[in-house]
Amino acid sequence: MEGKTKRSIVGIMLSAVRAWIYEPLTLLATDKRAVAGFLIVLFYVGLAVIGPMVVPLDLTPNLERAYLPPSLEHPLGTDPWGRDIFAQLVHGAPDMLVVAFLAGLVTVLIGTVVGIFSGYSGGTVDLIVMTITDIVLTIPGFPLLMVIAAFLIGSGIEVNIFMAAALLSITSWAGLARAVRSQILSIKKEPYIEVSQTLGLGKLHIIFSEIMPNILPYIVMNLILSMIGALYSYVGLMALGLLPYRPGNWGAMMHMAMAVSGTVTGVGSWYVLAPAAAVTILQIGLVLFSNGVDKIFNPRLREK
Amino acid sequence: MSTPLIETIHTSKIFEVRKGLLGVKRHIRAVDDVSLNIQENEIVALVGESGCGKSTLGRLMLALLKPDEGQVKFRDKDIWSLKGEEFKEFRRSAQLIPQDPYSTLNPMKKVISALYPQLLKYKIASNRSEARKMSAELLEMVGLSPPEDFLNRYPCRLSGGQMQRISIARALSVKPSFIVADEAVSMLDASLRIEILDILLNLRKKFSTAYLFITHDLAIARYFAAGERIAIMYLGNIVEVGDTEEVIQNPMHPYTKALIMSVPVPDPKLAKERGLPPLRSLEIPSLVELPSGCKFHTRCPYAEKICEEKMPELREVKNRLVACHLY
Ligand code: SF4
Repeated sequence: MEGKTKRSIVGIMLSAVRAWIYEPLTLLATDKRAVAGFLIVLFYVGLAVIGPMVVPLDLTPNLERAYLPPSLEHPLGTDPWGRDIFAQLVHGAPDMLVVAFLAGLVTVLIGTVVGIFSGYSGGTVDLIVMTITDIVLTIPGFPLLMVIAAFLIGSGIEVNIFMAAALLSITSWAGLARAVRSQILSIKKEPYIEVSQTLGLGKLHIIFSEIMPNILPYIVMNLILSMIGALYSYVGLMALGLLPYRPGNWGAMMHMAMAVSGTVTGVGSWYVLAPAAAVTILQIGLVLFSNGVDKIFNPRLREK
Repeated sequence: MSTPLIETIHTSKIFEVRKGLLGVKRHIRAVDDVSLNIQENEIVALVGESGCGKSTLGRLMLALLKPDEGQVKFRDKDIWSLKGEEFKEFRRSAQLIPQDPYSTLNPMKKVISALYPQLLKYKIASNRSEARKMSAELLEMVGLSPPEDFLNRYPCRLSGGQMQRISIARALSVKPSFIVADEAVSMLDASLRIEILDILLNLRKKFSTAYLFITHDLAIARYFAAGERIAIMYLGNIVEVGDTEEVIQNPMHPYTKALIMSVPVPDPKLAKERGLPPLRSLEIPSLVELPSGCKFHTRCPYAEKICEEKMPELREVKNRLVACHLY
């Protein structure tokens, strides 16, 4: 008896691995650009997870070694205080990825919940929620972030990654909420939803089992796009020095680079170029990867 | 007559429309004071042109729409007063087979997901493996075999006819006593229609299900509701109800006559009996500005003064119900 249940648990896990990891990957493999994106993202994740354990970070200033060009010892040269740039990038990676992912997640979560709630409720509720959403949409996102960030710095509150993520998604959910709502409005009229109603399957079934699968690809796509947006804003705020300094943060590195004259004269260009390139390549990886999402979810492609 | 299975009692549904951004609100009476009953195990074909409100009437009977006036009763109880278990029982008893086979199944879900949730919900099956077995039986019942070939397919890999069979299996899965089939075959190839209709008719013998069979096609109504009743609808009103063959052979309401005349039937006897003077207008009035009195008076060749002033009521005439001042 026990052996039987055990085997079925292993069986379930195997089929889950097949359905959620193996099959999506084989589908992804048909799109070269998506594969390239996937590999880039995977590389960054590896860098963030394993990197800090392998590459030591020594932040003690040593002005004799300032502005060294790339060498075997310092793959990306050193900064104006003689510290290894590559090590700083590696140690900044977890923070960048986690904040971007959390911010993307929060954005998508709020956007989806608001969109579904508004679209499914309809009527006056829809009108009120969408009016609020429209107001949020008209607020220029980045300037607002600058103001709030400056306020946070001024008040001396310590900004942890969760606050940073929440801050970065403060306005970005609105666009998604609108898009999700309009999708709900059209899906709601589909005959298969009517039939689910006459079958008495209930609201939860309709939302999670009938509507969700239809908007899931769109939501995952938006998760990636929101991560890209959050990365930009995070690096931007840091580069402007509007968030408290975090050692190794790519934006903070750019900020420091811009603050010292070395960048202007050219000797310190590695210090600003390295984090900029790190962000850009990650963005490209995410964009390429997002192209494969449709392939993974579309049953037309899946069945072949 | 015994208590009907389902009936509408002076039921109306009014939709609000707004033309343009700042346009005034207008009201459309999609269903206007309709009283229609369907007995247990009876077929009523509901025939009318598109936009006449027949789909809306079907949706009122399924509690997908709430009437603005009047009532819809199921086994003598107002369906909007049902609570808890009683409403759940109504939901199980009344099902829909929609028109477009291509959007009747969720494109993102496998065929089996259209069948097993309701089997579990109503405890028709006690667990997932039993639900799976029953789903397979349902597919076999509508002529899809071997069912294993279909259960794990996505709808994009099915033909229109196969999808409509699954739609039928889904409606029957909960053993309903009443089904609204809304143009269930009109989007299929002509060659497939009779096949699907025969499946429905055969399964009806087995399950004794009552049908509201909505169609714009008189020939299909005549086939499906042979020996049963037909109801003719024009701009939100039922204008004639009677035995299917009698109404088609000998239409009484001028609109029914016009409708039958517009169908080419290779039957000389029928053609002779069709002696209807030409319509006064071919234009169907706008739903927003409905004609006064009898809504057909703008087109009716027999219209008189009273027709413009007074709305004719549905009255019993020779074993039939007709709404016309001529009778
Ligand atoms: S009531 Fe008058 S207008 Fe209406 S169908 Fe009868 S004869 Fe024609």
